[in-house]
Amino acid sequence: MESTVKSNLKAWLYLLPALLFLGAFMVYPLIDVFIYSFEEGYNSASQTSFGTGIYNYSYVLHDPYFLQALKNTLILVAITVPVSTILSLLISLGLNRISKLKELFQTIYFLPYVTNTLAVGLVFMILFKKTAYTDGMINFLITAFGGKSVDFIEGPYWAKMMVLCIYTVWIVMPFKVLVLTSSLASVNPIYYSAARVDGTSNTRIFFRITLPMISPMIFYLVITGFIGAFKAYSDAVALFGTNLNVAEMNTIVGYVYDMLYGDSGGYPSYASAAAIILFSIVLTITVINLLVRNRGVVKG
Amino acid sequence: MKVVLKNLTKRFPSRDKNHPEDVIAVNNFDFTIEDGKLVGLLGPSGCGKSTTLNLISGLEKPTAGQIFFGEDDVTKLPPENRGIGLVFQNYALYPHLTVRQNILFPLQNLKGKDKMSKPDMEKAALEAAKLVQIDSLMARKPSELSGGQQQRVAIARALVKMPRVLLLDEPLSNLDARLRLQTREEIRRIQKETGITTIFVTHDQEEAMSICDELVVMKDGVIHQIGAPQSVYDDPKNLFVAMFLGTPQINVFDGVVKAGKLYIGEEAVLDVEGVRDGSVSVGIRPEGFKHDENGAFTLKLERIEVMGRDISVIAHHDKCRQADIRAIISSESNIDLGKGTVSFNLNPRKVFVFDDRTDERLF
Repeated sequence: MESTVKSNLKAWLYLLPALLFLGAFMVYPLIDVFIYSFEEGYNSASQTSFGTGIYNYSYVLHDPYFLQALKNTLILVAITVPVSTILSLLISLGLNRISKLKELFQTIYFLPYVTNTLAVGLVFMILFKKTAYTDGMINFLITAFGGKSVDFIEGPYWAKMMVLCIYTVWIVMPFKVLVLTSSLASVNPIYYSAARVDGTSNTRIFFRITLPMISPMIFYLVITGFIGAFKAYSDAVALFGTNLNVAEMNTIVGYVYDMLYGDSGGYPSYASAAAIILFSIVLTITVINLLVRNRGVVKG
Repeated sequence: MKVVLKNLTKRFPSRDKNHPEDVIAVNNFDFTIEDGKLVGLLGPSGCGKSTTLNLISGLEKPTAGQIFFGEDDVTKLPPENRGIGLVFQNYALYPHLTVRQNILFPLQNLKGKDKMSKPDMEKAALEAAKLVQIDSLMARKPSELSGGQQQRVAIARALVKMPRVLLLDEPLSNLDARLRLQTREEIRRIQKETGITTIFVTHDQEEAMSICDELVVMKDGVIHQIGAPQSVYDDPKNLFVAMFLGTPQINVFDGVVKAGKLYIGEEAVLDVEGVRDGSVSVGIRPEGFKHDENGAFTLKLERIEVMGRDISVIAHHDKCRQADIRAIISSESNIDLGKGTVSFNLNPRKVFVFDDRTDERLF
């Protein structure tokens, strides 16, 4: 009995540095944000507030800028997560089939992952932006095929949203391709031999053997993809600059940032409320994902 | 279904830069497997037996030669059109499907005129499951089954389409010793019940001897002997076959033939009429020794092991190529342990004489 207490104590002692660190830099700020979100009119300079309540949430949920950011984020998530996952799967299947130049293509597909977001943003600007001197590469192509040029960076909402989605898909795909290529390669080829002997069609092999076997990895990518897309911010900045509210391209994280440090900032209570709302959305989606996963995915 | 291999050859390109010549995994195979037989391809690892099986299944394409199932030339047919059932060494059961779904899988692939109705498929799957006695496990996943049960599921999946030929790749190698005995009886029973021509690959001679109608002994891509297990054991064509079959292994000595007599060391141990004079290799099966105080062949006694029914005598001789000589004699024999030597007469049917250069059998 005594020895278990002793060894427990020892274990806690070993854990102490990590616990202190996590407590100070993760748990405490989380609780703090939660408290801020219920303190009305909190002033970080005087550290005072008028009282507690749900006014911050009410304000944020009625703020047209927040609603715009929420809409943008949801569109971004709904489009980029499925599109990037399916595209990565197709690319990985292709990569898995070829033997020549496989390494070269793998490297090319992985390059965006190691490229700086802002540098990529710059490239996208060159492709899409209209200036006094040029309409940009994409518009050049559109007009070459007889279409009308569009201002993708400062033009209509759908055009800007499209650029943001393409940009996001392009940025998140390399990691997914990497994960899926290796998980496809880890499927034991004996299953394919067995399926071949039984005369299984390629479509059936894909849907009945390959897909179930890599489904744990796909679910991992979908869950992290959702979380990543909900946290999008730097992508929008890279394309449309820091004044996202004016560009109608703000995201929830962008809204939180603006509330804290933006030109109209200095409202930690509103920022906290927006952050908590984002947190509850992500939590809900992740829980739903896990529930679906536990019902449908192969284990072991 | 009769299976005929004609001049079948498979070469693989060499990966070793110092030896750029092709590796010949299967060299000019020519043999016929009669309808309804259980045939074992037996040999040490790397002898080309699995390649032979893959050629018959169609997973590998031969470099030269032909394969016939009955009168049909299947050499150019893909595996799915050959009408074969294949059981893989590690069973290759789909882990995310239940036993029932695994067995149904090949049937669901059928197209066109072969397409079966759902109830027919279920019926066929249940029949196959009953044959291998796993019909009570249909709802389980492979991970919830023992190795022996997984093996049965794999056999059921291979049999459900009623293949013309059943192929088994090292079917028992992933099972423990007790299950192995049980499963090999099981394979024999299933094969007898279905009457499907069955070819299996093994490196375990005991396994092959116990269930096969016919053995194909191979080494380095070459067939060394084909025949019924007992006849191959009793009448090996060369030293390799003699040494590969039988446990304990055959004892091999350096001998000399002089005027129709076989000498091992100084002693003339056996009459070998008609064998040319000169040095030879001599193989003596452990059961070929008959204990006799005045026997012709004297060995240095090391120890004896009593195994109930038999006694295993472990001895040495300068001319023996192995470290220990093992003789198995009846437990009624009285061996004087104090003497240091033990003498035997030899049973001529258990002694084989081989050419010392070509290893071909002389006597």
